[in-house]
Amino acid sequence: MTGRRVLVTGAARSTGRRLVAALAADPAVASVVAVDDARPAEPFGPKAEFLRVDLRSPALVRVLQSTGVDTCVHLGVTAEPLAAGGRATMKERNVLGTMQLLAAAYHAPDLRRLVLKSSTAVYGAAPGDPAVWRESMDPGTPRHGFGKDSIEVEDYVRSFDRRRPDVAVTVLRLANQVGPTVDNPLTRYFALPVCPVVFGFDPRLQFLHEEDAQAALARAVLGPVARGTFNVAGDGVVLLSQAIRIAGRPAMPIPEPLVSSVAELLRRTVDFSPEQARFLQYGRVADTTAAHEELGFKPAWSSLAAFEDFAAGRLRRLVTEAQVTRLEQDALAALRKAAAWLSSGART
Amino acid sequence: MTAHADGSGGRARCRALTAKGQPCRNPAGPTGLCARHERQLREAAARAGTGPGGAVARGGAGPGGAVGVDLTAEGRGATDGGDGQATGDGQATGDGQAVAEALAPLLDRAEDALGFLRRRLTGDYPIDEFGYDPDLVKHVLAPLLRPLYRHWFRVQVRGLEHVPDTGPALAVANHAGTLPLDSLMVALALLDEHPAHRPLRMLAADLAFTLPVVAPLARKSGNTLACAEDAERLLAAGELVGVWPEGYKGLGKPFRDRYRLQRFGRGGFVEVALRTGTPIVPVAVIGSEEIYPMLANLRRLARLLGVPYVPVTPTFPLLGPLGLVPLPSKWLIEFCPPIETSGYGPDAVLDPMAVFDLTDQVRDTIQQTVHKNLVTRGGVFL
Repeated sequence: MTGRRVLVTGAARSTGRRLVAALAADPAVASVVAVDDARPAEPFGPKAEFLRVDLRSPALVRVLQSTGVDTCVHLGVTAEPLAAGGRATMKERNVLGTMQLLAAAYHAPDLRRLVLKSSTAVYGAAPGDPAVWRESMDPGTPRHGFGKDSIEVEDYVRSFDRRRPDVAVTVLRLANQVGPTVDNPLTRYFALPVCPVVFGFDPRLQFLHEEDAQAALARAVLGPVARGTFNVAGDGVVLLSQAIRIAGRPAMPIPEPLVSSVAELLRRTVDFSPEQARFLQYGRVADTTAAHEELGFKPAWSSLAAFEDFAAGRLRRLVTEAQVTRLEQDALAALRKAAAWLSSGART
Repeated sequence: MTAHADGSGGRARCRALTAKGQPCRNPAGPTGLCARHERQLREAAARAGTGPGGAVARGGAGPGGAVGVDLTAEGRGATDGGDGQATGDGQATGDGQAVAEALAPLLDRAEDALGFLRRRLTGDYPIDEFGYDPDLVKHVLAPLLRPLYRHWFRVQVRGLEHVPDTGPALAVANHAGTLPLDSLMVALALLDEHPAHRPLRMLAADLAFTLPVVAPLARKSGNTLACAEDAERLLAAGELVGVWPEGYKGLGKPFRDRYRLQRFGRGGFVEVALRTGTPIVPVAVIGSEEIYPMLANLRRLARLLGVPYVPVTPTFPLLGPLGLVPLPSKWLIEFCPPIETSGYGPDAVLDPMAVFDLTDQVRDTIQQTVHKNLVTRGGVFL
């Protein structure tokens, strides 16, 4: 064995850049082929080679065959319609890009592993959902957007799994990523001066620290083979109201009938899709036991710690914990003083 | 970076342990302790140093001024001041001491309330994966319901010894009263009067999770969706789970059918109990039927609003919002001896007859206990 050869799609975006760097730094890896249709902000390290390829083009077959990769990591599914150039283009890149990649992978004789970065968005968000999703549960299919794309992508990957039994397929359903350098619709939402929330709802959310996202993907590439689908999320849950308080932002409740128009307004600034509005109304939580037990991956950051790290590094709090603690102590001091005054009054 | 990975998020926490022996989650002051433990330590020191003057020491801090900010310095000053006055004049000090003692519990409550507010404002409170918020239940929801429980419904509880102190159990109760106050009262009975103060994790109808304001309150108070997945997950975690298998059929039944138990769903709760080997504790509630006697159901309006029923009671909608005040019936909640299911083995789920039999056994137990207690109860309201 001369070392692993890994191909990473969607490598120019933040998760991709971190994963490529981590893989290139690993002694077991001989080379990394980084593929994306946009140039990365910074050049990759010595062991990594960047190829500018549109996943939808048939050029991918030649790349896979000429580089002789043994592992393919597919990160090229995007959740941001504006960045992708509109919802139609986003769908085409997500679904058709995956189909092209899998078609090429079918003809790559050296391929032994396929890792797909999927999302807990496949579970959708609805009031009638079970409190905690396990991988085996059948989600009420999300009807549109990123969730639907992710389901379709997973379906194609599963059918590839059947056609190439010699390739171990691992699907990681990642929870919403946060962290000091993550830039996604959710982190942009928490960076708004006022966070709009659906009136009368307080969903449970799960977060995944960017370091953990990268570690989980690296584990699926380099660790022992673990076939199957795994939820990956930080331990515990955080309520939206808690997150907004930790972010030090005021919340602005929006009555349910107005939510879609407010979401439409926000679409420009935070790249918000209707399913994200539903996510912030009903939330979702996924069970991570299988990832612990079968994949051998345990996140280092809990959902709360991940969010606090993101908030501490990125957001300037309008209300800080120190201020509130100070206020509490001042109020207590005033009460004690009043009590002391009363009892000394009784004394004289 | 990973220094924060223990979940503390990098905030300095108090070094002390709480009464339960868990690490205190309050933010630490300059001495590494939170305000509460700082004060406890100081009081202990004052009591040890000055004997009975301890209580005065707290009250006597007045004229010194700098209270609360530099706690250690102020603490010493207060002890001295208290001592000086305690040796001063006899009778007047007694009054001061009495006032200080009367104020002490109030101060404690104020401190408790302020701590709660601070945790809410900074988002620093734990919830579990189902959204249960013990901090909110303890400080807001239970105190709000307690007057209703003690003084309005004057709830009596029997058979609490049938609810285990630890480990999973499935409490199955009859459902009535138009609004599900009975589930709240059973939950409060277990929280307040059970020796282990067990929180009841309730299985609620899906409607509860679609209504604004109700939805988050339902989760925070310990409800989750009535589905097998959630129930099994809670039981696997060793929780006490409450289920009302009659659902809307029981809750929204006309007053003339009071205390006649409706069909127990399709026995889903029995399947859950069999699969997990959990004991079933039948719970018979009386008094709940009379709180909003439902004389008629406005079916068309209900269909229009998308709710299971729109009740007409003697006071609603006649008196408008006043009609929402429940009638003050006297309640009795009886927990019956548990029905063990572990003997059946998990394969019994595959046998519909076993499921039917167990369902009927639970239903009959509740129905008979309801009848027995109805016979012995005096009046409905007294």
